[in-house]
Amino acid sequence: MTTPDPKTSSTLDRADSRVRNDDSFAGAWRGFIDRVRSGDLGMLPVMVGLVLISVVFTALNPVFLAPNNLVNLLFDCATVGVISLGIVCVLMLGEIDLSVGSMSGLASAIIGVLWVNTGMPLPVAIIAALATGAFVGFVYAIFYTRLGMPSFVATLAGLLALLGLQLYLLGATGSINLPFQSDLVRFGQTMIMPDWLSYLLAILPGAVIAITGWRTSQRRVAAGLSPLAMQIVFAKAIILTLALGFAVWYLSLGRGLPWMFALFVLIAVALNYGLTRTQWGRSMFAVGGNREAARRAGINVNRIYTSAFILCSTLAAAGGILGASRLASSSQQAGTGDVNLNAIAAAVIGGTSLFGGRGSAWSAVLGIIVIQAISNGLTLLNLSSSLRYMITGAVLAIAVIVDSLARRSRVSHGRA
Amino acid sequence: MIQSSQPQTEPILRLRGVSKNFGAVSALTDIELDIHPGEVVALVGDNGAGKSTLVKILAGVFQPSAGTIEYLGNPVSLSGPGKALELGIATVFQDLALCENLDVVANLFLGHELAPWQLDEVGMELRAWSLLRELAARIPSVRQPIASLSGGQRQTVAIARSLLLEPKIIMLDEPTAALGVAQTAEVLNLIERVRDRGLGVIIISHNMEDVRAVADRIVVLRLGRNNGVFTADTSHQDLVAAITGASENAVTRRQKSRAEGAATREAGL
Repeated sequence: MTTPDPKTSSTLDRADSRVRNDDSFAGAWRGFIDRVRSGDLGMLPVMVGLVLISVVFTALNPVFLAPNNLVNLLFDCATVGVISLGIVCVLMLGEIDLSVGSMSGLASAIIGVLWVNTGMPLPVAIIAALATGAFVGFVYAIFYTRLGMPSFVATLAGLLALLGLQLYLLGATGSINLPFQSDLVRFGQTMIMPDWLSYLLAILPGAVIAITGWRTSQRRVAAGLSPLAMQIVFAKAIILTLALGFAVWYLSLGRGLPWMFALFVLIAVALNYGLTRTQWGRSMFAVGGNREAARRAGINVNRIYTSAFILCSTLAAAGGILGASRLASSSQQAGTGDVNLNAIAAAVIGGTSLFGGRGSAWSAVLGIIVIQAISNGLTLLNLSSSLRYMITGAVLAIAVIVDSLARRSRVSHGRA
Repeated sequence: MIQSSQPQTEPILRLRGVSKNFGAVSALTDIELDIHPGEVVALVGDNGAGKSTLVKILAGVFQPSAGTIEYLGNPVSLSGPGKALELGIATVFQDLALCENLDVVANLFLGHELAPWQLDEVGMELRAWSLLRELAARIPSVRQPIASLSGGQRQTVAIARSLLLEPKIIMLDEPTAALGVAQTAEVLNLIERVRDRGLGVIIISHNMEDVRAVADRIVVLRLGRNNGVFTADTSHQDLVAAITGASENAVTRRQKSRAEGAATREAGL
């Protein structure tokens, strides 16, 4: 036995010599390698996937990496991405919502019918669509918590019922065009952030990481715990700022950063805060990891399930509204096809486990970028949608396989 | 037969005439039990003796059919698990009920996080360390997930969690059942430290050695009734006799036949 270093053993959490503390860059790297080896892949697959996709599609068609194509890509990401954020919430509990596509279609139909056909103000239509989403989620929660219906069946039934309602609302014409000059359609098609604002937003995350990291470190020292490894915190902040700054600069060569994508990221930030920094988020992880343990710890498990289902359906409705604004129409096609699977695939590809208890809001953001990049690249290659479906299906299958293999490895490495 | 060595303090918990019927079956009949502060009481008995039923009544999971429960001198009704916890009766269940995907701090504070809208991670980590240090627990890092801990360490976390709400009584259901020799010793040490903090401890165990090692009093249940209160220095035979209800039982018969077998083998040599 080596005697612990007196300098490090002075704080409460560094007293045990069995723990290796990765404070230096080399240590952080070693810790990262250890985590990946044990199956704690985190964001790694999605990063590798993005690089791979960019290289392949750029080789096939250089337009893929053109700034304006990327701007379009971000517009497309926002609609399904918002839906995917809701999916993260239900997957976190080990449940699923298969009806998010239909829910988004229904929301888009509600916008069309209330706003265009009956002439109600737009905010009322939006609130009505979101409230419908919340109500549908509440019904799923009742089915699940009170009637013991598996979420997979309840939402499969919902998929059909909501699609039926969407077709009924749209009536015989089957499609309602939204006025092109309206704010809603401009938001989904042309509204771009001013450059100064997008640069400011690019600096913000790094600054927040650095400042909160520094303050946490101070508090830890004051409390007698070890400080954070500030060099690593600052390195993270700098790398993130440089990456975002470069992205904003590159996009500004084209049209710039879409407001719609900024809204999507804002919702993701809010969800991320909720999941990681609040009691609700902690309870979500606990219920997803071990429901009985969460119940015995005094968590109201049914309320957590209800919150997740409501959040998921409401975000699906929000995604439907964004979809309507993107397409400038409410049609029978809205929310059908691959919307459902893309939303679920995005969350899983980004690292949210289908088995519950693991995930993050960022997984939806990165995952949807991968999914949309594939779809966008295939469209640029003039491939038919039949091939696109097959390839997206294969990508989803691979993502789930990676998830379950990584899970098996985590269990054997004691990381669960 | 009954050797009483009750401390002279007021009991924290006093059960009188507690019974529990499931339909026509009476699982518990006229149970009397006193728990004093700073005392470890072991609850022993064969399978079906009513130990688990009694624990569940005290944890608020079941309601007794008859009898009174007095807590700190006042009659109380333990109408639900939340009520029992609120009063200060904490239970560590056999399966521990920890979330493997969360770290030690998150598990300790599950459902009782500090600052619900902006989790106070530093405060919780500090409290976690001081709690574990009071128990002289050997958890290397409170920021590792439960999945990477050994059985004994998990038991430690579960016990530490039950102490977080400052209970007066802590009940441990089979705390050493799944543990190795060294880990069992650690948990027994832990139980003594909890007792030294002035808490009443109820442990349920089938392991007579563990029970005799740590308990101040041993309460035997048999077929849902009190069947004697013993001290730790009671012989193994007497305890087994009280548990099985006769000095002539499966355990003694087995010992006898083994002794006879050894004798005949010796004679054969």
